[in-house]
Amino acid sequence: MEYKPIRKVVSGNYAAAYAVKHARVQVVAAYPITPQTSIIEKIAEFIANGETDIQYVPVESEHSAMAATIGASATGARAFTATAAQGLALMHEMLHWASGARLPIVMVDVNRAMAPPWSVWDDQTDSLAQRDTGWMQFYAENNQEVYDGVLMSYKIAETVNVPVMVVESAFILSHTYDVVEMIPQELVDEFLPPRKPLYTLTDFDNPVSVGALATPNDYYEFRYKLAKAHEDAKKVIKDVGKEFGERFGRDYSSMIETGYIDDADFVFMGMGSLMGTVKQAVDLLRDEGYRVGYAKVRWFRPFPKEELEAIAESVKGIAVLDRNFSFGQEGILFNEAKGALYNTGERPLMKDYIVGLGGRDFTVPDVKAIAENMKAIIEKGELDREVEWYHLKR
Amino acid sequence: MIEIRFHGRGGQGAVTAANILASAAFKEGKYVQAFPFFGVERRGAPVTAFTRIDDRPIRIKTQIYEPDIVVVLDPSLLDTVDVTAGLKDNGIVIVNTEKSKEEVLEKLKKKPAKLALVDATTIALEILGLPITNTAILGAVAKATRIVDLPYIQEAIKETFSGSLGEKNAKAAEESFNKTVIYEL
Repeated sequence: MEYKPIRKVVSGNYAAAYAVKHARVQVVAAYPITPQTSIIEKIAEFIANGETDIQYVPVESEHSAMAATIGASATGARAFTATAAQGLALMHEMLHWASGARLPIVMVDVNRAMAPPWSVWDDQTDSLAQRDTGWMQFYAENNQEVYDGVLMSYKIAETVNVPVMVVESAFILSHTYDVVEMIPQELVDEFLPPRKPLYTLTDFDNPVSVGALATPNDYYEFRYKLAKAHEDAKKVIKDVGKEFGERFGRDYSSMIETGYIDDADFVFMGMGSLMGTVKQAVDLLRDEGYRVGYAKVRWFRPFPKEELEAIAESVKGIAVLDRNFSFGQEGILFNEAKGALYNTGERPLMKDYIVGLGGRDFTVPDVKAIAENMKAIIEKGELDREVEWYHLKR
Repeated sequence: MIEIRFHGRGGQGAVTAANILASAAFKEGKYVQAFPFFGVERRGAPVTAFTRIDDRPIRIKTQIYEPDIVVVLDPSLLDTVDVTAGLKDNGIVIVNTEKSKEEVLEKLKKKPAKLALVDATTIALEILGLPITNTAILGAVAKATRIVDLPYIQEAIKETFSGSLGEKNAKAAEESFNKTVIYEL
């Protein structure tokens, strides 16, 4: 069947809901929280209209939402949930249960600032605070990537038996309407066949235990296997991203999407929706003669160390844009990227710009101002400071 | 790229208007983006919504600071909000009002290149029985800007509101299209 996309104008949240339907997810368990709620409302609407036979489990908290999703996944079902901010924090314990039991759950987290002070706006600290839970993390730049990300993530998760968090920006994607190319159901089915679990709780001829005790004699190997699964996932991510591109025209074979790297003195590096604005600004800056490019980190876990090294080899500087912060240290992507390069010998000048926390608008003029600062740093050959709270009111 | 900013009050449907305009432009083959100002919306409070329309995919993810077109759904906002903030020099302002051109211009901080006035509240009350002006004002947008043709707007309205509600709202847009008065300034 020839691929003819179905183009719709939908919000990021609706893009996620359509992807869940097209992925033929079998169980959704969720609890509402702004700005995630319209994902599960749309899924509920699909069910009410008879467009899908998803089993929907309403629960009383996010902790239970993940617990029910884990239960469903352990029976062999394709399972989904969605949350944001405090809801994700409440799930924290259960996130370890999902990855430790090697269940290929896909969840959408709508990046929202952690309270207090109370905020419903975009900020990556909620998802990045779950860095060490053993989940893979994919950051979407736009609504199309939310849709594509959910579909690819099921295939990747079910290949390596590790759950994936697909992350989108509060409001900037979740409630913004944009054109999304959706894939006809038959072609999604060809790309993403039904899940074939290795073990299920409901295979009574071959009974298994999920979440059993491991003594000091065994626990260590369980951890190693999860670590190795993340390492192995890098190839799977690239292969699935390439296959997706061949089938549907949008290539995701790189874990870091780059632009103008070969011809850039420095690059902007960041994740998520702010990179759309960066791309627009980089085109304008290049028209003005700036030798600048961009590096959009799509996958934060597993961390694309090798791809980062290749970028570091060819540029003099990296301006990291962190819409997040690790208190007592620095922006989280900056911290990770510096650490990843330490032993490679590739040490471009790296500066961390803390931007957009709690939904502060990050604009094209902001990118230009940072470019100006970064250009001066490279000309001088040294940093003015390592971390800058860019928007701070003075 | 054309950037449009809507000013309304919570409950008047400014966000829906931005979405319908985007859907209508999409039907004409354009790339679009529509979003609310991510504030704390409450019924009656000032609300802002945005639409971008372009021939190419739209990558920028920020609010609109220098609109080409400003649409005001509630005339009382002219007294409290600087609706022309950042308006481009060749910008268009469309206002739902029963007031005259002179009275409206007096309240605008910046004189637009083109001003379009329509009493969308009366049209909405007559046709819908409610003072919800988001669909009626889109008729004025079609007439004043020519960025999207009225039939596409009506089609997008009917997709947003089903059945007779859709028909009535589409009629409100048409009525508004016919009654909008345009002033080149």
